[in-house]
Amino acid sequence: MIAATGLRKSFGEVEAVRGIDVEVRPGEAFGFLGPNGAGKSSTMRMVAAVSPPSAGTLRILGLDPVLDGPAVRARIGVCPQEDTLDTELTVSENLYVYGRYFGLPRAVVRERVAELLEFVQLTDKAKAMVDDLSGGMKRRLTIARSLVNRPEILMLDEPTTGLDPQARHVVWDRLFRLKEQGVTIVLTTHYMDEAEQLTDRLVVMDKGLIVAQGSPAELIREHATREVVELRFGVGRHDEVAPRVDDLVDRIEVLPDRILLYADHGEEVLARVHERGLAPVAALVRRSTLEDVFLRLTGRTLVD
Amino acid sequence: MADLAQTSRPATGTLAGAGRLLDYWAIVYRRTWRGSLVSSFLTPLLYVVALGVLLGGFIAADPDRLEGAPTYLAFVVPGMLAAQAMTLGIGEVTWPVMSMVKWQKTYFGMVATPLRPADLVLAHLAFTGFRVLSASAVFALVMVPFGVWGSWWGVLLTLPTQLLLGMAFAGPIFGYAAGARDESMFSLIFRLGMIPMFLFSGAFFPVANLGAPLEALARVTPLWHGVDLTRMLTLGTLDSGSEVLLAAIHVAYLAALAALGWWWAVRRLGRRLIS
Repeated sequence: MIAATGLRKSFGEVEAVRGIDVEVRPGEAFGFLGPNGAGKSSTMRMVAAVSPPSAGTLRILGLDPVLDGPAVRARIGVCPQEDTLDTELTVSENLYVYGRYFGLPRAVVRERVAELLEFVQLTDKAKAMVDDLSGGMKRRLTIARSLVNRPEILMLDEPTTGLDPQARHVVWDRLFRLKEQGVTIVLTTHYMDEAEQLTDRLVVMDKGLIVAQGSPAELIREHATREVVELRFGVGRHDEVAPRVDDLVDRIEVLPDRILLYADHGEEVLARVHERGLAPVAALVRRSTLEDVFLRLTGRTLVD
Repeated sequence: MADLAQTSRPATGTLAGAGRLLDYWAIVYRRTWRGSLVSSFLTPLLYVVALGVLLGGFIAADPDRLEGAPTYLAFVVPGMLAAQAMTLGIGEVTWPVMSMVKWQKTYFGMVATPLRPADLVLAHLAFTGFRVLSASAVFALVMVPFGVWGSWWGVLLTLPTQLLLGMAFAGPIFGYAAGARDESMFSLIFRLGMIPMFLFSGAFFPVANLGAPLEALARVTPLWHGVDLTRMLTLGTLDSGSEVLLAAIHVAYLAALAALGWWWAVRRLGRRLIS
């Protein structure tokens, strides 16, 4: 569906994407995980055929996005990071005019508008102005809009950034349904839970490069332990406590607000911390996540 | 039952691409036509009554000094018509374009579909042209009772003239707005471009009154070319070879400006949207 080799993008002196290889297969949900500024959005814009690559080769549905931009864009759906809805139009008018941009006949667009409003649960808002919608509703409308041409690939750039937890779950639920219907999904996110829940396979990006790739489970297996013990001792004390626990595990991360101990059996490690007479303000044993993978690979957390 | 398996294809050309935006602009117009109709009906009437009838009542000039107009009213009305085409041509592509590339970013949404920047420019300019034409037609009708129109065919020909004049402004200013970082220059375009042209490019008095250097300056402004051409048509003074040649120069000048503007607008919008 998407094949990129040695893909680069520079804006003047700034190199946003510094040579990446990516392959997305039909029917899979593929993710780009990384912090802000990692090059995710620049990559998405190149794949969406609205940003010519500076170097490397890129094929989308077998087509060259630079030579066949309109043909590529006719077959993909794009949900951009920032809403580009027309706030002076109603909810259904936004969908309707968008369907017309794809050259679909009016009758077809009308049926699809009704169907898509149902799908994103906005039917009773059909006549509302976009300005009156909540952030979550706008996002769902943008997702509906990106589906109006029945895309073969759906591209979502940070689909739930800025949404409250409840609104995020509604969006996730809709994306799950699309995935079940066999739509190929490509998404970027800086939320590790989103990447874990939605993607079959993902690449971790940092500073314009891919630093790891695989399924969420593979990445965790490869780059983290089964469990993590999180210890909080209060601000400023972590550097001082760290030497007293670092022999308990193979890997330790000291963050400003907590210490992370990577272990296969977290409870055992925690018991030994207590045996040493240390009394953390808070202690927690949890499964490793992609956040830990990212921390391992880059030395930084995903969300600052 | 519509064919729901219908798939999307790229448009075959810029005209077909712009055609896909027809429904969008129709919805925009449906939201605004009442206001714009009232203003295109009322504004010329107010101006013409105040300047043409009331102020013009004090002006008893020799027709030779009014470029052949029998009265000041007949002189000023074509000037006002052309000035309106300029105002609309500029107005539809300043803040509206800025909003679509920067504030609402609707153009970014549009270009994520098979549409190309040239399709967007053509549709936006076509809408602007429609606004200029409809407002000019209303203006021409409102002026009928004032008895200022020389011939019906002359008045009919002023309509495409206003379209051309509107495009001579809309094209280049679309190009500017499509690439502008913010709207700070717009007020400059209005204060240092549009208003001086409105006042000094022959709409209200013959440019010969300005004195040689300023007259030469006035004669290179697009508005003067538009005003002079409109006046020739409404007064029916297109009766000598030299007048016809001058009219042809007006058309060529305005058409060249519109064509250059089109090229620049497509290029600047393309660079803004596809980067």
